[in-house]
Amino acid sequence: MRKNSPTSKGILSSLKIGLKTGLVGAILTVLLSLIGMVEAFSQRYIIHEVISMGHTLLLLSGYFIADRAARRSISKGKSLALLNSLISGFLSSGSLILLIFLGAFVNLRSVFINASPVLYQLLLFGEEIRTGVLLLFFVGGVVGFFSGLLYLLTGWIKKLTLIPLGSILIAGVLQDLLRPTLAAWGPLSILSEWIFTANGLSISGAIVLGVSISIGSLLWSFKGKSLQRGIKSLSGSKRKIFTYAGFLTLVFLLLVLPHLLGLFLSEVLTIVGLYILLGLGLNIVVGYAGLLDLGYVAFFAIGAYTTAILTSQELGFFHFTFWSALPIAILMGIFSGVLLGIPVLKMRGDYLAIATLGFGEIIRILVLSDFLRPWLGGAQGIGKIPKASIGSFEFARPQEIYYLILAGCLLVVFISLRLKDSRIGRAWMAMREDEDVAQAMGINLVSTKLLAFATGAGFSALSGAIFASKLGSVYPHSFNVMISINVVCLIIVGGMGSIPGVMVGAFALVGLPELLREFAEYRLLVYGAALVVMMLLKPEGLWPEAIRRRELHEEPGEKLSNDSTQGTSGS
Amino acid sequence: MAFLEIEEIHAYYGHIHALKGVSLYVEKGEIVTLIGANGAGKSTMLKTTSGLLSPRHGSIRFEGEELTRYRPHEIVAKGVVQVPEGRRVFGRLTVRENLEMGAFALSDPKLIEANLERVFNLFPRLKERQKQVAGTLSGGEQQMLATGRALMANPRVLLMDEPSMGLAPVLVDNIFNTIRQLHAQGTTILLVEQNARKALEVASRGYVLQSGVMVLTDTAQNLQRNEMVRKAYLGET
Ligand SMILES: Nc1ncnc2c1ncn2[C@@H]1O[C@H](COP(=O)(O)OP(=O)(O)OP(=O)(O)O)[C@@H](O)[C@H]1O
Ligand SMILES: [Mg+2]
Repeated sequence: MRKNSPTSKGILSSLKIGLKTGLVGAILTVLLSLIGMVEAFSQRYIIHEVISMGHTLLLLSGYFIADRAARRSISKGKSLALLNSLISGFLSSGSLILLIFLGAFVNLRSVFINASPVLYQLLLFGEEIRTGVLLLFFVGGVVGFFSGLLYLLTGWIKKLTLIPLGSILIAGVLQDLLRPTLAAWGPLSILSEWIFTANGLSISGAIVLGVSISIGSLLWSFKGKSLQRGIKSLSGSKRKIFTYAGFLTLVFLLLVLPHLLGLFLSEVLTIVGLYILLGLGLNIVVGYAGLLDLGYVAFFAIGAYTTAILTSQELGFFHFTFWSALPIAILMGIFSGVLLGIPVLKMRGDYLAIATLGFGEIIRILVLSDFLRPWLGGAQGIGKIPKASIGSFEFARPQEIYYLILAGCLLVVFISLRLKDSRIGRAWMAMREDEDVAQAMGINLVSTKLLAFATGAGFSALSGAIFASKLGSVYPHSFNVMISINVVCLIIVGGMGSIPGVMVGAFALVGLPELLREFAEYRLLVYGAALVVMMLLKPEGLWPEAIRRRELHEEPGEKLSNDSTQGTSGS
Repeated sequence: MAFLEIEEIHAYYGHIHALKGVSLYVEKGEIVTLIGANGAGKSTMLKTTSGLLSPRHGSIRFEGEELTRYRPHEIVAKGVVQVPEGRRVFGRLTVRENLEMGAFALSDPKLIEANLERVFNLFPRLKERQKQVAGTLSGGEQQMLATGRALMANPRVLLMDEPSMGLAPVLVDNIFNTIRQLHAQGTTILLVEQNARKALEVASRGYVLQSGVMVLTDTAQNLQRNEMVRKAYLGET
């Protein structure tokens, strides 16, 4: 490499990286604008009347693209890296200027319905066109330069820039979560009123938040290490007390959570919880046993419909309570898991995925059919499903159903943990790594596979049963293929085979979109983008299983992306 | 009645008739080698024996018991254990985890511990690298691991599929030394090899397979002298 004395030709060729990466940024910012995301998100502020989420989206894309540019050209020297990120920043905003000019001459709206005057106004920061364009171009450059500079910086300055900005961003994105949570805590409600406005953080709130979190992190890095060392040096019994105290705090938090969060957030939490149950079940099938099952929603439906048939007063066939219907629903799930497993025993990989995908649809279509309408209610579904209750305590509101789901999650986590370390868990692992060799090792493939399908299906049916009682009614359209896909996505994003990964994945892919209402329309797009970005940057998942972490950590991290053959990595 | 007796086996892959009435036997404590060119059906023969492939006709008896009606995991439990072709170790598991996986069919922890000891004695290299991820082992080490993993199952007959494939000459010598050691410890071995010279040196008897047909069988010494074997498999003119 020409590190020291770059010839003019060398410089030109190294600027290619900035141009190429910038082009990706250009496409990204224009895309975000044209699909309407910028406009949709502009309704909501990160900092009230200062910066909207729409603008943040563009700034972040510019930032990450410029960061990529710097990373990829750092081998050519620091100044070139900075230059490259500057170029990519200019390109990212320049493309928006082109879009604005194009929009002024041609009516883009006949094709791109979002290319509206409102969008242009947003991109021009509400200024008149000449000032706006200059400002936009300038902002692009600043973001690019800033990103490159931050990449080159190390240590304190970098941390003290990123931490306050990051915490303001997170507080702004999660405002719907934080504001009501803080408000529920008597004394903190004043603080919450002061930090947050009805829409976004207040300016003074943002400043104080940024400063206080920076100071906190500074203190932690000075004192934290000695504190940790202090805990470590404690004697055995004292350390035990610490672990117990931590554990008890966690239990206490889990128990009081719905009271802190209130109705809306508890509802979000129950949805996330149901997905965690589903995810932990599919994690056994996909993560532990390596069988890609895309028809997983079928067992969710079977659990829900079994509960509905057994308990619904509208149907009146049976008059089971939720608790007596639950084991039957789980057994039905297990049974159908085995039933699905038998025909697909010999299938692997893509073929298995397609066959199971079909199974999921078959169940939904069966439920919709006229033939089964007298029993399953067809498209109208089944209503009047009673709530679960213990004595006179009824699991009716989200705050109460939360406990039902929490209990389910704890049970399923416990079973998953035990299974993983068991003999059957080792058989699953061997089968996932190499089916033929597993067989040559004395592993019974038939029973091992069927057990994986059955366990996963049982967990899913449990989730379905709770879902039915939570909603009070079941409809076929609640059980479409999107549920299976959501669950697969959350496992991949969280980290296959990892129990905490499933939880992180569920919060990120199910919880976050619920908090950001504007996401709803772009949910699939965001899922797709999240998957692509994960595959590029962290293919092992957000919280990977030990084995997968092992596999991917041999390569020296960033070295790979210096290669300029990689054309389309971004955001 | 021989220890392992294979009689008139016909095996198919779809329409491909891979084994056309093949027979062989192995006596207890013996090393028998099966040689043949690429695609002759050697691996197919081992797969059929270990139950990974069901023959259409013919019988395979181990100590007089018909094996063809058992499933692969049951055959392993009876002590017929295969070292698969191409050292297929579990690449993401550690050396030790691989070995433990090999003992899957066993349940007695003391026995497993004893087997582990035995494998580590045979391959001190594996002991040093217990915690290493198997996928990062060298080719020779992976072959040791694949062999060690099969030994963990307490094999009474070891079916080895081309253990010397793709190894440097020094390592090939190593592997054959191991085979001699195993033989000395009383393990019965059916050895599939392309390296006919080495295989015939360690084996007591040999078979020659050609396009799914057994064309020749004799003692190893006689085969080493056989005109056809020398031309086709020992590379002499
Ligand atoms: N899974 C399969 N499907 C179809 N044909 C197969 C399959 N496996 C092997 N064959 C065919 O069966 C024949 C015998 O294959 P086999 O693997 O037994 O050969 P081999 O003697 O072990 O060769 P090598 O020395 O190259 O390993 C070959 O013609 C091969 O193409
Ligand atoms: Mg072969």
